[in-house]
Amino acid sequence: MDLLGYGAFFLTTALIFSLVTLGLNLQWGLTGLFNVGLAGFVAIGAYTSALLTTPDDAARLGGFGLPILVGWFGAMLVGGIAAAITGIATLRLRSDYLAITTFGVAVVVQLVALNAQKLTGGPFGIGFIPRPFGSLAETPLLFNLSNLAVVSAVTLIAYLALEHLSRSPWGRVLKALREDERAAISLGKSARFYRVQAFAVGGAIMALAGALQAHFTGFIAPDNYLPILTFQVWVMLIVGGSGSNLGAVVGSILVWAIWAGSGALTSVLFAPEQQARAASLQIVAIGVMLCVILLVRPNGLFGDKPLRARFGKRAKAAAGEST
Amino acid sequence: MSETIERQDEIREPVLAAKNVVRRFGGLVAVNDVSFEVRPGEILGLIGPNGAGKTTMFDLLAGSILPSSGEIFLNGTLVSGEAAHRRIGRGLGRTFQIPRPLPNLTLIENVMLAAQGQAGEKLLANFLMPRRVAAEERIGEKKALELLELVALTHLAHEPARVLSGGQRKLLELARVMMADPAIILLDEPAAGVNATLLEVIIDRIRDINARGITFLLIEHNIDMVTRLCHHVLVMASGQLLCEGTADEVARDPRVIEAYLGGAV
Repeated sequence: MDLLGYGAFFLTTALIFSLVTLGLNLQWGLTGLFNVGLAGFVAIGAYTSALLTTPDDAARLGGFGLPILVGWFGAMLVGGIAAAITGIATLRLRSDYLAITTFGVAVVVQLVALNAQKLTGGPFGIGFIPRPFGSLAETPLLFNLSNLAVVSAVTLIAYLALEHLSRSPWGRVLKALREDERAAISLGKSARFYRVQAFAVGGAIMALAGALQAHFTGFIAPDNYLPILTFQVWVMLIVGGSGSNLGAVVGSILVWAIWAGSGALTSVLFAPEQQARAASLQIVAIGVMLCVILLVRPNGLFGDKPLRARFGKRAKAAAGEST
Repeated sequence: MSETIERQDEIREPVLAAKNVVRRFGGLVAVNDVSFEVRPGEILGLIGPNGAGKTTMFDLLAGSILPSSGEIFLNGTLVSGEAAHRRIGRGLGRTFQIPRPLPNLTLIENVMLAAQGQAGEKLLANFLMPRRVAAEERIGEKKALELLELVALTHLAHEPARVLSGGQRKLLELARVMMADPAIILLDEPAAGVNATLLEVIIDRIRDINARGITFLLIEHNIDMVTRLCHHVLVMASGQLLCEGTADEVARDPRVIEAYLGGAV
């Protein structure tokens, strides 16, 4: 029973990550927009929904005590607008310059969350975020399972919608921009218009994930949105296979399993006073996994780009060797 | 084809016209006060030594860069200040000197991308009117297959474009730009780096497409191809229009010979 409960808890977190990864896949996998500031959009979603739904608090702005669903839609709206503004501001930037700028945006968002105490509660964060099925909290298993059901449903809807879009003429234009912006422009596609759209839709999905996470844990603080989050999600997308929505979901679950698993392992293997240092082994585990994937399957598990295997029969065939 | 062909259709409005177009890059004047007209239905050649400003002229006509001064008209409409992606909707298609296929999209996706005014390219239409999007896609796919057949690439329709050879890439670009139903196509060196056999295919296809009433403006160094295809030829040198006439006339013009071989002759 405990195991089932933990499984549900684990999957809920993993699926929230896959939602973020799906948003990143739209931006990077499909459109080629190098967003390394995604933690910022997740944070915007979490804080927006928290402000909208928490009960009134004299120490800061709001909360407005609105229904949870309003919070989620509000998160998507504000996250989408913030991403669209970022997209418009960075229209002229490509690849590494775009990356630096989006990173800056995330740092700014995190610092605002940390310092604008009247708005965000500062370093203490926001607590008492209403949880869906909060009345079930007495029976943890039921509570975890219902959370999993909600998060699964949201992820499934997002996955199906994005899959539909990837195969649509709209998705084709995004891929064309990723491949060759000048060619796409010569064929009548407005690069600016589509880049902003990809930014906004991806940002809205990331913000929704942030909101889900906030309501799932009931408490958020600026520390949740450090660059390590961006790093985790990028690894999830690379492992799963950039360009593939299925890869985004599977990669997220897999990487989160290794992250959580190595965390559990270190807590068993090391003495309590070594725990803090041992925790960095989690990052080592993820790094090793990333290296292995990049060597064996450079395009990830489900990547839609050509496979350039370096080991095994295929690689030898490509190199013209006989086995 | 050595016989002199009269320049077509002097009366009808030109498909494309440049008036006193100037483009400076810092101190360099890449295109200096160039004016010409492209008549409906003709294949107009644009030749000149390297660095003459031909590709810059193409970029100006296609809107990739904006003129420092001067005007460009497409079917009588002033378009000089308009963004590049709007030109194809007004009937101007282009190919590139170095072909730009979308390497990880299939050939048919490459061609279908060029269709104009597709409802499915609007985000919400994919959810709100899926039937219309699907119907347009079916029509587009059929048309794209026909165009791939025209350039003899049907057998590769579902392969990614990265598998194509250099010459096949040029053919794919031709099919792709045709998908947009342009009135005029700007071709930038279609013969460059193409083997002799494939070159014949490209020449034949340009003739076929021209016979359908589509106008061409062609940059080319291959004089044989220019002589065989072009009704009329413009010569650029050092950013200026040097002379014009039939391919034979300009080939004999001493100014052209001087421009190609250098002033020392």
